[in-house]
Amino acid sequence: MIKRHPEPLLWMLFSAGGVVSALLLPILVLLFGLAFPLGWIAPPSHDHLRAVVGHPLSRLVVFGLVVLSLFHWAHRFRHTLYDGLQIKHLNELVAILCYGSALAVSAVAAVLLWWPDAIR
Amino acid sequence: MLPTDIGSHATPHAYTAYHPRWLRQPVSTYWWVQKRSYFAFILRELSCLFVAWFVVYLLTLVRAINEGEAAYQSFLTFSARTSVLLLNLVGFLFIVYHAVTFFDAAPQALVVHVGRKRLPSGLVGAAHYLGWMVVSTVVAWVLLGAR
Repeated sequence: MIKRHPEPLLWMLFSAGGVVSALLLPILVLLFGLAFPLGWIAPPSHDHLRAVVGHPLSRLVVFGLVVLSLFHWAHRFRHTLYDGLQIKHLNELVAILCYGSALAVSAVAAVLLWWPDAIR
Repeated sequence: MLPTDIGSHATPHAYTAYHPRWLRQPVSTYWWVQKRSYFAFILRELSCLFVAWFVVYLLTLVRAINEGEAAYQSFLTFSARTSVLLLNLVGFLFIVYHAVTFFDAAPQALVVHVGRKRLPSGLVGAAHYLGWMVVSTVVAWVLLGAR
């Protein structure tokens, strides 16, 4: 039986997450992290944002951004610990913690986007 | 084992417990502060921490929007705290660094052919930057709405 390695799949998720986060995060952070709190631009009304989050397409975009960005983080962080800090003896534990938390937060995101009443 | 020893043993090919030391220089844990390019590399790798932080930040925002007007207002108050603003300012710089390094590397990772010709890498890179501008404009337009 051929042993399948998860590494190519994880690398693809890392790469896709890198592109998606590079495309979407700068503008989102500029608006919600700096422009609105610093008063450069008046923040959108709650009703408007509720309508935006309520749209099926924006939910899909947010979910895709969240999942891919998390796997991007997990893969890169795992390798930074391995190469940068040379934490090699804990390789398996680090991998489980990284990809595991990416999965867990993705699940939270799915609930927040599609079943918000479940965690009120 | 010296060649002269061989004849004196009954079993010349017996293995010993001796193992040579690997010719490997131990690398310092802080190897990445020794050179500018190494430091830039580790900064780029650490940008992923801010990717994760902003995912959590945006999910907190989604939760606040779900919960209603009051929760949304308290999210806005939270985002205007000095500590959060500072974190987000540093994070924004890291995210932009991440975006630029990712788009700059894209032409090397992505080989696009039109017919039999390979598209010049400058064009592939420029397409990514153009896409970044278009996506940012659309996101801003959707979020800000007609004003």
